[in-house]
Amino acid sequence: MTTFLQQLVNGLSLGSIYALIALGYTMVYGVLRLINFAHGDVYMLGAYAGYYLSRKLKGDEPSLGSALLVMLGAMLTCALIGVVIERFAYRPVRRAARLTLLITAIGVSLFIENTAQLVFGPDPKFFPSLAPRADFHVGGVRLTSEQLTVIAVSFLLMVLLRFFIMKTRTGKAMRAVSFNLDAAKLMGISTDRIIAITFALGSALAAAAGVLIGMQIPKIDPLMGILYGLKAFVAAVLGGIGNVPGAVIGGLLIGTSEVMVVGYLSSTFRDAIAFGILILVLLLRPQGILGRAQKEKV
Amino acid sequence: MKGFVLAIVFVAVLFLGNSLLTGGLLPGFSVSPYFLQVVSLAGINIILAVSLNLINGFTGQFSIGHAGFMAIGAYVSAYVTAAFGDRIRGALGMLPPTFQNSALLLIALGIGAACAAVAGFLVGVPSLRLRGDYLAIVTLGFGEIIRVFILNIDAVGGARGFSGIPRLANFAWIYLFAGATILVVSRIVRSSFGRTLVAIREDEIAAEAMGVNTTRSKVISFVVSSAMAGVAGGLFAHYLMYVHTNSFTFIKSFEIIIMIVIGGLGSITGSVLGAVLYIVLTEGLRQFAQYRMVLFSLLLIVIMIVRPQGILGHRELWSFFPRRRRVEPVPPAVAG
Repeated sequence: MTTFLQQLVNGLSLGSIYALIALGYTMVYGVLRLINFAHGDVYMLGAYAGYYLSRKLKGDEPSLGSALLVMLGAMLTCALIGVVIERFAYRPVRRAARLTLLITAIGVSLFIENTAQLVFGPDPKFFPSLAPRADFHVGGVRLTSEQLTVIAVSFLLMVLLRFFIMKTRTGKAMRAVSFNLDAAKLMGISTDRIIAITFALGSALAAAAGVLIGMQIPKIDPLMGILYGLKAFVAAVLGGIGNVPGAVIGGLLIGTSEVMVVGYLSSTFRDAIAFGILILVLLLRPQGILGRAQKEKV
Repeated sequence: MKGFVLAIVFVAVLFLGNSLLTGGLLPGFSVSPYFLQVVSLAGINIILAVSLNLINGFTGQFSIGHAGFMAIGAYVSAYVTAAFGDRIRGALGMLPPTFQNSALLLIALGIGAACAAVAGFLVGVPSLRLRGDYLAIVTLGFGEIIRVFILNIDAVGGARGFSGIPRLANFAWIYLFAGATILVVSRIVRSSFGRTLVAIREDEIAAEAMGVNTTRSKVISFVVSSAMAGVAGGLFAHYLMYVHTNSFTFIKSFEIIIMIVIGGLGSITGSVLGAVLYIVLTEGLRQFAQYRMVLFSLLLIVIMIVRPQGILGHRELWSFFPRRRRVEPVPPAVAG
């Protein structure tokens, strides 16, 4: 039982990371109907932004203040990158065929990965520890401060996002755009601005995930975004793509099942489990857990 | 009959060309092994590009795991020749050794292609039932997963790579299969089944309304394409005599996509052109190797923005040359 609880904690903290990345996938899919392949790479850039920022702040003892600064800095950097990607790569092809949009996304993803290998070097880098760390023991289950931070920070960000989408005017406009882009435009919503904001928000969440993973597994490399991006996308599909609470549920489920498989079966299948889940979802419930089946309209 | 003669001539030219290039025909004349290898690998890329174009260009479904099917073909066929090669040769004892090797290669390629086709079926059925981009993500995932599985199978070398594969394929075999791939794909595309594929690409809902079983057509197209990638993998393994999973990463899949995007989605001559152009650029830019993929990815984005249909688009190369019109004999007017 203790082992199970321990695995559950590990799974939830990994799952929160997936959930944060999945949110970006699902939001962009909501407004543009695009699988943003570059999203996993934005997450990688977030980790690197955190790495370089914390190197800049070196000399200070690890403290909560500097950790917060690094996190906010990385989020801001990636929000900017997300807006730039949308403006220069996706906007020119937005009205083109979906295949064109998809190939552009793949091109952007390849561009970021290869440029990152040139700029940062292909070898992994070691993420410095940001905050003072401690272990807590609750009934035989070990909770590290990193795990608690990951879970707490992602929970906080998700609540903020929920508040933003449901309660603010911009959030309302985002929901309108994702419901029907053309109708939203007719109602006087500046869709270009809303789409840019969506990219900024999604990329900032991915950056937060990048810094959090750096704290938990302190090894970052330029290709780390591929596998995490893929699994987070599966999480978004599992929860129902385009559905914000669904992405969170999907992320937590994928993270937990991955950790459980590694813990009870074999670590060989670590990367296969998300793929297996994806196949099952597509066969049994393609609209995802919270998604509603959409009728095709002509 | 004419086609049969042409095929015989094609095969004869290939095998004569092979012995000419390797220096077996004219004493004192041969090309450098490096050049021959580049040309042969270009042939394998042609098979990959043309077969991927069947699903991406003609059917309009986006697969980005072609390297995964290539890996299955490579490993399965290499395992067949390495593990059962002697027994198969023994069973074919009455044939001369050259034919024994040819038969062995064909058997191995056949089994490799069949396994790749089965994998294509298993991947295609769940994802092609749905509309949209699910095939892209499923094939990307599959391409990575299959690598992980191969790395954990010790019988094929695991992380050490699979060595000790006999060199059964050569320039002639590769271009024989490249020719066959081009022939098969162009025949498929011009058949009535090919029309259903193009109809699905243009408008899936309209195609369905016209009575096309869209899922079935898409799955068939995908399975054929996967099988051809398996053949390309088998040739790759028996040409280089060593395979490692690093040759089949998603980067390889993206390279093939770049080839068909450069050449034209939905153009067979375009994908041949793209495959050749890609090899020429890669070899020509060898001293800038680390900038190569940055350049190619930028090229991909720019092509999508400026000319999303690729250089040739849906057209074939020969459609750019004016064709001589044959004068049709005028039927005699019926006296009324």
